[in-house]
Amino acid sequence: MSLGLYLHRVSPVHAVPAGAKMLALLAAGTGLLLFPSLPVLSGALVATLGLYALARLRPREVAPVFRLSAFVLVPLFALHALVSGWEPALVAVLRLAVLMLLATLVSLTTRASDMLDALERALRPLARFGLNPARLGLLLSLTLRFIPLLATWLREIQEAQRVRGLDRNPVAVLVPLLVKTLRTADTLADAIDARCFDPEEPS
Amino acid sequence: MIRLHAVSHHFGERPVLEGLDLTLSERRIAVVGGNGSGKSTFARLLNGLLVPERGQVLVEGLDTRKDARAIRRKVGFVFQNPDHQIVLPTVEEDLAFGLKNLKLPPADISTRVTAVLRRYGLEDFRHHPAHLLSGGQKQLLALSSVLVMEPRYIVFDEPTTLLDLRNKRRLAQAIHELPQTAIVVSHDLELLRDFDRVLVFDAGRVVVDDVPSVALDAYVRMMA
Ligand SMILES: Nc1ncnc2c1ncn2[C@@H]1O[C@H](COP(=O)(O)OP(=O)(O)OP(=O)(O)O)[C@@H](O)[C@H]1O
Ligand SMILES: [Mg+2]
Repeated sequence: MSLGLYLHRVSPVHAVPAGAKMLALLAAGTGLLLFPSLPVLSGALVATLGLYALARLRPREVAPVFRLSAFVLVPLFALHALVSGWEPALVAVLRLAVLMLLATLVSLTTRASDMLDALERALRPLARFGLNPARLGLLLSLTLRFIPLLATWLREIQEAQRVRGLDRNPVAVLVPLLVKTLRTADTLADAIDARCFDPEEPS
Repeated sequence: MIRLHAVSHHFGERPVLEGLDLTLSERRIAVVGGNGSGKSTFARLLNGLLVPERGQVLVEGLDTRKDARAIRRKVGFVFQNPDHQIVLPTVEEDLAFGLKNLKLPPADISTRVTAVLRRYGLEDFRHHPAHLLSGGQKQLLALSSVLVMEPRYIVFDEPTTLLDLRNKRRLAQAIHELPQTAIVVSHDLELLRDFDRVLVFDAGRVVVDDVPSVALDAYVRMMA
């Protein structure tokens, strides 16, 4: 849900280069795996919330993200607590919570294209193995761009099929969705070519 | 100037374009014709998205068969459905996409993006997700994303079909004000009244080639 939902602000968090943020996220993930103690995790949680404030994200804007995380984390905590007691449960859930919040923070404060540029540079050594970083980068950004569009289409198709009493029939919904997607992909490929995309030339 | 020499194209058994010989040098050229008459196929030939089976398409002397890359820089293309041509998630990123492909330095990209946003009153939407724009704004964004690359020619394939009356007028105005050569495929005859030249397509051939007052009337009679 946070994918591609970049929120523009002038903030120190936004100003950090995309590559650095992604590396920091990776480092934080590793760190939390290596030192899973309650004090470390609580500190990490506080620091993360501090970063949200530093990024000038308003509580109202991030509330849906928090709500969705709670939706996953609360049942997980209950289950974990039943099986192995409340303290290990708290550690596991806190760790996941911090990681989710950090990952969301990165995607809220980094433009998709900057993230993809960074990723493209990181993947460049893989070109030797026949992987084309420019192509992969474009594929990922297209995915980000088309998630909201797919959601809109799905709703439109369901509405159209509801009139015919077919909105609960997965085939009646998925087939038109697939047709629409393929037709779009055709024009989209032309549009990308027309705007001089050239994956063979490193940018 | 764009020239077509004895251009023919088939899809499978079906001839879609037959023996086109044209020199396009006017500033506003319209293309009309019934559904399936070959207009989109013709449009896609002009910037090398499609290479003709027979014959040649030359843009300022460059052959689309050999110099597709150079030609794409000269000939921009605006499609019917903006949702099918906006490539990146936010307005600014999409505007920058083509410029990055042209390998422009970031400072130039930013200057050009700002200029085009201002020109079409989209400044407030710079960091906006493209999917939240209205239909008319999306089509202006699609046009801007092409204009920002400063092509010398712009081909439009039914750019106003999905727009309401007000946005049709806005886009018509935008096309009217372009300094570039525009080649516009459209069913919207109102849009084409003040063009310099109209090509009427029928079954893959140009059957009328004249000024709007003559060609559009002939087309309307043909469709009756
Ligand atoms: N990729 C393709 N493969 C096979 N046939 C095609 C392809 N593209 C177009 N055609 C066929 O070529 C003919 C001309 O198509 P084209 O899209 O150029 O027509 P058009 O004049 O743009 O029509 P419309 O007004 O409906 O947009 C049609 O019969 C169409 O079915
Ligand atoms: Mg067409």
